Amino acid sequence: MTHEPYNKKTASDIVASFGARPEMLVQILHAFVDRFAWISEDAIRQLAAELNLSRAEVHGVVSYYHDFRTEAPGKHIVRICEAEACQAMGSRKLSAHAAANLDGEDVTLEPVYCLGNCACSPAIMVDGKTYGRVSNERFDDIMASLGESG
Amino acid sequence: MATRVYVPRETAAVSVGADDVAIAIARCAKEKGESIELVRNGSWGATWLEPLVEVVVDDKRIAYGNVAAADVPAMFDAGFLRGGESESRLGAINEIPYLINQDRWTFWRCGLIEPLNIDDFRAHQGFKAFEKAVEMGPEAVIETVKASGLRGRGGAGFPAGIKWQTVADTESGQKYIACNADEGDSGTFSDRILMEGDPLGLIESMMIAGFAVGATRGYIYLRSEYPLTHSILSRAIDTARDAGWLGENIQDSGFDFDIELHLGAGSYVCGEETAMLESLEGKQGIVRYKPPLPAHEGLFGKPTVVNNVVTLASVPNIMNLGGEKYASFGVNRSTGTLAFQLAGNIKRGGLVEKGFGITLRELIEDWGGGTASGRPVKAVQVGGPLGAYIPAEQLDTPLDYEAFVEIGAMVGHGGIVVFDDTANMAQQARFAMEFCAIESCGKCTPCRIGSTRGVEVIDRMIAGTEREANYDLLVELCDTMEDASLCAMGGMTPFPVRSVLRYFAEDFASAVGAD
Repeated sequence: MTHEPYNKKTASDIVASFGARPEMLVQILHAFVDRFAWISEDAIRQLAAELNLSRAEVHGVVSYYHDFRTEAPGKHIVRICEAEACQAMGSRKLSAHAAANLDGEDVTLEPVYCLGNCACSPAIMVDGKTYGRVSNERFDDIMASLGESG
Repeated sequence: MATRVYVPRETAAVSVGADDVAIAIARCAKEKGESIELVRNGSWGATWLEPLVEVVVDDKRIAYGNVAAADVPAMFDAGFLRGGESESRLGAINEIPYLINQDRWTFWRCGLIEPLNIDDFRAHQGFKAFEKAVEMGPEAVIETVKASGLRGRGGAGFPAGIKWQTVADTESGQKYIACNADEGDSGTFSDRILMEGDPLGLIESMMIAGFAVGATRGYIYLRSEYPLTHSILSRAIDTARDAGWLGENIQDSGFDFDIELHLGAGSYVCGEETAMLESLEGKQGIVRYKPPLPAHEGLFGKPTVVNNVVTLASVPNIMNLGGEKYASFGVNRSTGTLAFQLAGNIKRGGLVEKGFGITLRELIEDWGGGTASGRPVKAVQVGGPLGAYIPAEQLDTPLDYEAFVEIGAMVGHGGIVVFDDTANMAQQARFAMEFCAIESCGKCTPCRIGSTRGVEVIDRMIAGTEREANYDLLVELCDTMEDASLCAMGGMTPFPVRSVLRYFAEDFASAVGAD
């Protein structure tokens, strides 16, 4: 995943590509996260101005949804499913293993509640790609392969 | 002639290496100078066999299960392209008991066809139901759906025909079809398998719904946790539009219809229909008061059909084969089929589409083969995080909306999550409250505050602090949440909690330090 620093021009182009329709705010925020990795205070200000919304309205939407992070994430984003089907296959242990092993790495580790891969539990998502049947060993292999590809 | 090879491009298959298998097959074929046509199909739903590869030999599709990329060279050496023997060879796909013993009404094209190939779709009844609908006229379409007894497959089980009728009867210059693809319940993936395996089928379903009620615009609200689905679905919409099956005056029918695909943003409560509508309008996904019903005032205040993916996708065959035929499946007021999803600690997990009335035991033992761990089943959660934990003694309950209500449970979206005897159910009760606290939209107090208090009370019970007094407090809290919450999030979180109190109360004493 390659992201670029926030810049007003690109942001403006994104808003325009959605026709500057305020009802597209959630979709526009997704496009911002895809491009800039996170939603900054500047982004909120600009969105409010260009969509003719109040800053409070934009902030409300940003803070409501889990997907719209307001801090820069690590180099890799690792999401471990901690919903019931994965719990039944030991995801709590996997999360503990991950937390212990990724300590100090430039990785954002967070829970996710269901990846829809419940017949291959436990499931994880790394940088937007879903993996199933993830044992502790397979988890380590997946993380090691990230290191290789940079 | 090129040999045709199928490798699924479906989230579960890809999550266990299907892309690597496809690459390995292409490479081996090239090295051996063999000509192949590699088709990326959807999944048949036998997820436990993924990656499940097929090769066409003498018009038969020979299946190989649990194929790893590393196995592919040896498979080629053993004559894979001619259906050669190997450890992973399963025989012809249409002879696998897991698949042939199902009632594939809604999912029949999944696995069979190339999802984004409109010619392949057309060759498999594609758009036939829409053409028939146009011939019959809107009223007859709605009557057919009513005759099928089809109920909402998202969880609430409301009769689809009545919903369609309400929208059709409501006067408005603009109406909408909103497809709920925010499949957030743990243990469910049937919407996803359908959208990845037969996306054009969903598009056709929405066209039929639009035609029936007089809506010209459709929205699909897809959860963001499904990136592969998003890519497949958006390509399918473009494909349909390019071929003249979406847009103005579709195939000279005089009917205009187009679809916009929206992504959710990680909020569970947006699966609730009014929260979903708010989110589609670009706002916080906060639940609306009802009434007004979405059928009267839905998206942007206009009459809106809100249906789940599987509800909609059941309609084309209802048009093709008749509502009565669909109603011949199932039992009592639960007519038709449901795509059950076997998940969690299960040996043979996947999708099983069967008529209602099948028991949990048949699904878990006959199809599922028991737990993955080989240990006894302790509890089964049916219908997602808001569904009750059903103890092993009740596995003979038939899957039927009303029969499940009688035992304090719900069928919901048909997800079946199996736990073995190592599970601590007090931890699961705690999680039910914790999940509600994380996902509550915050509009009503019983849900917003009650869930957090629930976690605290359960923590005290687990710690052994005044266990009996806290038990009573928890029951009272469950009553309040059930009676006074605005939607199912707060109103049904007590279901799993109460089921643990009723059947697994002893687990509170042993939960300390359990995982």
